[in-house]
Amino acid sequence: MTFSLRFRAAIVSIALFLAFIGIWHIATRGTGTVAHMTPEYARLMGLTATQGKSAMPGPFDVGAKLWQHLKRPFYDNGPNDKGLGIQLGYSIARVGLGYLLAVIVAIPLGFLIGMSPLINRALDPFIQILKPISPLAWMPLALYTIKDSGLSAIFVIFICSVWPMLLNTAFGVAAARKEWINVARTLEVGTVRRAFTVILPAAAPTILTGMRISIGIAWLVIVAAEMLVGGTGIGYFVWNEWNNLSITNVIIAILLIGVVGMLLDQILARFTAMVTFPE
Amino acid sequence: MSTFDDPFGAGRELSRSGCACGQHRSVAEHDQAALTLRCEPVPTDEEHYQGVVASAVMRAMFPKDAARRAFLKSVGASTALAAISQFFPIKTATEVFAEGGMPEKKDLKVGFIPITCATPIIMAAPLGFYAKHGLNVEVVKTAGWAVIRDKTINKEYDAAHMLAPMPIAISLGLGANAIPFTVPAIENINGQGITLAMKHKDKRDPRDWKGMKFAIPFDYSMHNYLLRYYLAEHGLDPDTDVQLRSVPPPEMVANLRADNIDGFLAPDNICQRAIYDGVGFLHMLSKEIWDGHPCCTFAASREFITGSRNSFAALTRAIVDATAYASKAENRKQIAEAIAPANYINAPVTVLEQVLTGTYADGLGGIKTDARRVDFDPFPWQSFAVWMLTQMKRWGQIKGDVDYKSVAEQVYLATDTRKVMPGDGADPAGFIQVVLGDGQDLRSRQARGLSQQLQDQEGVVTVANSVSSPLPACGERSDCARRRAIRARGNLYIPRLSRQPLTATLSERALLVSTPQAGRGR
Repeated sequence: MTFSLRFRAAIVSIALFLAFIGIWHIATRGTGTVAHMTPEYARLMGLTATQGKSAMPGPFDVGAKLWQHLKRPFYDNGPNDKGLGIQLGYSIARVGLGYLLAVIVAIPLGFLIGMSPLINRALDPFIQILKPISPLAWMPLALYTIKDSGLSAIFVIFICSVWPMLLNTAFGVAAARKEWINVARTLEVGTVRRAFTVILPAAAPTILTGMRISIGIAWLVIVAAEMLVGGTGIGYFVWNEWNNLSITNVIIAILLIGVVGMLLDQILARFTAMVTFPE
Repeated sequence: MSTFDDPFGAGRELSRSGCACGQHRSVAEHDQAALTLRCEPVPTDEEHYQGVVASAVMRAMFPKDAARRAFLKSVGASTALAAISQFFPIKTATEVFAEGGMPEKKDLKVGFIPITCATPIIMAAPLGFYAKHGLNVEVVKTAGWAVIRDKTINKEYDAAHMLAPMPIAISLGLGANAIPFTVPAIENINGQGITLAMKHKDKRDPRDWKGMKFAIPFDYSMHNYLLRYYLAEHGLDPDTDVQLRSVPPPEMVANLRADNIDGFLAPDNICQRAIYDGVGFLHMLSKEIWDGHPCCTFAASREFITGSRNSFAALTRAIVDATAYASKAENRKQIAEAIAPANYINAPVTVLEQVLTGTYADGLGGIKTDARRVDFDPFPWQSFAVWMLTQMKRWGQIKGDVDYKSVAEQVYLATDTRKVMPGDGADPAGFIQVVLGDGQDLRSRQARGLSQQLQDQEGVVTVANSVSSPLPACGERSDCARRRAIRARGNLYIPRLSRQPLTATLSERALLVSTPQAGRGR
């Protein structure tokens, strides 16, 4: 009796998951009462101190809390306490805006670099120096010059997602098959038309790969940026719960960040599949 | 003496020694107040503000307590009020302070850091103090001190909660571009503590702390200066013998648990959280280093103060109201519950309650009570600023020479008060700055003369002091008895003053009070 590969993989996944939860549960069990305390004193202390409860929450604590959050994802208790749905919305909006700006800048510029060896050589030193800079290193400079923390966060997203797209576009454009361009030239196709009808389809898979890398980086960076800037967003949520030393909520946020990141990646993966052509 | 006490009570002391809660003159009176359920008429807003305004004026005129008390004893409270009203329009100032004009801007953003020091700023939102003054204030939680500084400089926030030395540092351009900042009100006094990891239970002598790692919230903080001061007092060089690290408060508890640091000097809610989680114990409260030290301030840029005067005035009124409310022990439990949710401090209520009510677990199995563990008093003494400046100099944050006094006046006074003499009295913001600031320049020449003479002639102050101190505080003795008591000491000049007609100019009175010869000659 053999099951399909998919089915067997699912079984292994579930087994791994259960093992993980089990180990987690055992590792975070309480150690019993640690010290003798008078009841008055115990009332002033937390469970960690009185019952020897582990500072790390167990899987069931996290599950219960997660259920609470999922039941009310869009509550709004004022500027500093909003539901997880709203926080994620803010983060996605920031990423979307910064990312869109990056697309608008990177793809035309990438085309230019890919098509003109002169511009390629001229811009190369700048790109090489700016590319490896950690996006968060731009944060103080952005805050100082833009003078607006929301825009600064968007700028940081822009700056981190622009490089992979730019380089991939340039590479994709430059790598368009010489034969195809020559054919276009023989048929006396103009430069603009050639760019859109020949080079763009040829470079599209590479460009989209760049975009897929970029969205991943942008989503990584937004959490850190929001932790720095505060106000709203899932990064702020992590920071706010960290302030309260609520590891349970931090774990939930980590989980959700992972899920949203995966979804964003999957969306771009679909697009990539759509434009890919067999050689 | 708290800003909210009667400034005309001769028995009040400027330094708030006395009972545990600081609201009463003596322990006996405190107990009496606790025993009897007094039915007092609720003071109207106007009366309440008159107290605040008069208190500030009195403090400005008599920076030395002994001189103020001598003055009040000699002329009596009502005469003093009348006399001061001659050259400082307390009534007008109060009205202006209480009413103000229409706020130019109603929707304001005020930044805060989630610690108990920010209690007045935070609680004013859920308890409706901002709304009462016609403002729609959004209190925004901020990630750290550097961010709150930048956001306030960038005008994202109209005003903000800052560490007491920060407005000075910003004004001087330390760690930021020099931008004139002002402190219209202090938020809290005391309310910090030194927490050590449990493993140092037996290392209570700071002399044994060599090589330890300590966390402080920010370089420009009272925490930094107090810890350095404390270490230096015990013969340790804070720059070489120990390691001081600037760490965001929530990470302090986690770092203490992870054994990355040995202790920290931090706001009490962080200390109490470390105790609550069983990772540390309270070595000492900061009030044991300096009782009544300032910690955090309510700060705004000079630009905001001059640009939106009425908004600023309303905001300051709300903060003063909230601070007054927070200074009362009976309100503390309610405040703890109001500021604990995730929208504000985001901490267990038990922790905040222990900080605000002053009955707390010390982490070593004992329960301690200190009602003044944290207290709230808005008066921005310029001497606070001067002390901070000396510490900045001491620890090398300021290079070169700085005129402490003028910087203190600029930052802790809020405005060029020369422009807001009582003549153009329709300037609410100016008044408030004067009232809550030092008020030095607003005093008329007469008043300046009076207080200056009282201050300068140390001998007289000593005499006045020696006269006033043996007298009973509450004035139960008749004027005759007081006069007899004074006469017995050979100081005839003071009792005579009370019989001077009210119309006598203040400079005359000043002369009478301040020069023994003049009095004796009569």
